[in-house]
Amino acid sequence: MRTIVCIKPVPDSKHWNRLALDPKTKTLVRKGIPGTINPLDRNALELALSLRDEHGGEVLVVSMAPPDAISVLNEALAMGADRAILLSDMAFAGGDTLATAYVLSAGIEKLGQFDLVVCGDQTIDGGTAQVSAQVAEFLDVPNLMHVTAVDVTPAASWLVRSHIEHGYVVVEIKPPMVLSVLKEINEPRYVTLMNILEAEKKETQIWSSSDLELKEPWLGLNGSPTCMVDLFVPEKKGRAEILQGGPREQAAELADRLHRSGFC
Amino acid sequence: MTEIIESKIWVFIEQRQGRMAEVGLEILGKAAELGLSIGSKVAGVLVGSSLASLSDQVLSYGVDEVLVADNPLLTDYCNQAYVKVLEQAVSAWQPEILLLGATAMGTDLAPRLAARLRTGLSAHCIDLHLTAEGELLSVVPGWGGNVMARVSCPRTRPQVATVMPGVFSLPDATEARGRKISVETLIEPADITYRTVEVKREEAPKGGLETAEVVVAGGWGVGTKADWRYIEELALVLNAAVGATRPPVDEGWAEEKQMIGQSGRTIRPRLYIGVGISGHMHHLVGLKDPELIVAINGDPNAAIFDHCHLALVGDFKEIVPALIEKIKSYSSAQ
Ligand SMILES: Cc1cc2nc3c(=O)[nH]c(=O)nc-3n(C[C@H](O)[C@H](O)[C@H](O)COP(=O)(O)OP(=O)(O)OC[C@H]3O[C@@H](n4cnc5c(N)ncnc54)[C@H](O)[C@@H]3O)c2cc1C
Repeated sequence: MRTIVCIKPVPDSKHWNRLALDPKTKTLVRKGIPGTINPLDRNALELALSLRDEHGGEVLVVSMAPPDAISVLNEALAMGADRAILLSDMAFAGGDTLATAYVLSAGIEKLGQFDLVVCGDQTIDGGTAQVSAQVAEFLDVPNLMHVTAVDVTPAASWLVRSHIEHGYVVVEIKPPMVLSVLKEINEPRYVTLMNILEAEKKETQIWSSSDLELKEPWLGLNGSPTCMVDLFVPEKKGRAEILQGGPREQAAELADRLHRSGFC
Repeated sequence: MTEIIESKIWVFIEQRQGRMAEVGLEILGKAAELGLSIGSKVAGVLVGSSLASLSDQVLSYGVDEVLVADNPLLTDYCNQAYVKVLEQAVSAWQPEILLLGATAMGTDLAPRLAARLRTGLSAHCIDLHLTAEGELLSVVPGWGGNVMARVSCPRTRPQVATVMPGVFSLPDATEARGRKISVETLIEPADITYRTVEVKREEAPKGGLETAEVVVAGGWGVGTKADWRYIEELALVLNAAVGATRPPVDEGWAEEKQMIGQSGRTIRPRLYIGVGISGHMHHLVGLKDPELIVAINGDPNAAIFDHCHLALVGDFKEIVPALIEKIKSYSSAQ
């Protein structure tokens, strides 16, 4: 089985308290915040690795990101991926989900035949949850999102469960396909020191736009139909009225107000 | 598709097995407001099979037009078939704006459709505005809701957006005045790229979180599963639903479906009482315009105090029992 996992390097959320909005440029200052694999992409990789453990084959990871994302791809290799490809070029900069999905799909096409492409359902930074479906559209293969279980049956089609409101659906689907997964699907494996040392021997390639077959107008900012007008921090409601006294007095005051408003 | 339609704002009305998702109607209410400001009519778009009674229902929410794509092949949701139908309708009638709910279905359908149409999509919007020129500005949360972005789609049409359930209120039903237009569906079995074999749905419990008037929510500060009973007892005397932040769900004190916030439910109660909750945006974005937000927290500098109306500073294990006792005294007095 040949699986390709899309991975996005994101600023580690443990350090988000250091994120700041530059009041002049209205952009996010994320200097010095270490990068890591987007959390759900670890679940995507875990799915790929466990399918390989069971059915054989190979797991490739692909990312579109600036050159320093190599360290994050090394994490994926240490988890067990066989090979990593970084799609990196100034021409890709500023891409929205459509432009990103276009480049990723071009990278995937260059890698050749696959049974499965797996993504995390969404990222913790942008959180749009759009890339997997758009990659599938560019590749012209079926896709399912919000996936919580995959059952590879001996028959030609697989059974895939995906989450819906208050429940789930199970569908029968034939590879090749694109799936994007939710956290519930599995528990990503830990990386040992041995794994890290092994990963250093694995191959990482960087492909630029000249390595791919791409239509220039679909790249980067120009290829992005959406445009961020500005960023802002949600308004605070202002400080609350603080009830006075010890616990019993505060409780009595609250109960009294709730009673007057008809809540009890 | 020869018929002329006038609506430039379309709202996808999601249904599964004949059951409509409320978010579609919520968006209709907002769409009507946006439509007024640019003098456009509003259409609801239904895709599925045997849609006659559903389309009547949609008309009773004040839409000008309801577009109905009715075909047995569309009985179960399959994104590529639905994308094909919507792509054909959009190409024929060229709406300016297309809105969908940010549900499991909407977040799956919208990106594929937007990619097929090579147009922009803003995801999980929590507000929508129109500029004087009729350009849609969507407010979308990023970084877990810590930062909001205003996103536009200046060059391509339609402007597509998915809207979080619960951010707009449900409009009142009115007298139906709009018309039904049937959408030609050139669907073949080969367009169905996956087959649904099972749909499992738990009934949303009556008096569940999303519809509750009063919600008592507990956070990590509650400390143990044993002490979670403080939250449940307070909820009981207030006839409230119980909500939670992520840590209690991760710890198993509360269930997944009780989580409020970005990765949980959006609620719009009249009264919210947060106990042992620090006030991360991840949690607070799930809270829509309650009349009264009360927070009980031991830390006088807790961020939630910047987002609530009434603050009780102290140990919840002392405050909550006293509160329960006092509330009980009111109910027994009645
Ligand atoms: C991508 C992503 C998505 C997320 N989505 C969600 C989401 O949808 N919903 C959600 O809730 N979280 C979500 N989170 C987690 C979120 O960031 C916070 O970690 C979480 O909301 C914090 O929960 P809390 O306020 O209960 O706990 P804490 O932040 O640990 O706060 C506990 C509070 O309890 C107070 N306290 C302690 N003891 C007492 C006492 N005896 N009496 C009174 N007060 C006391 C403390 O002062 C403290 O303020 C998400 C995180 C990520 C990264």
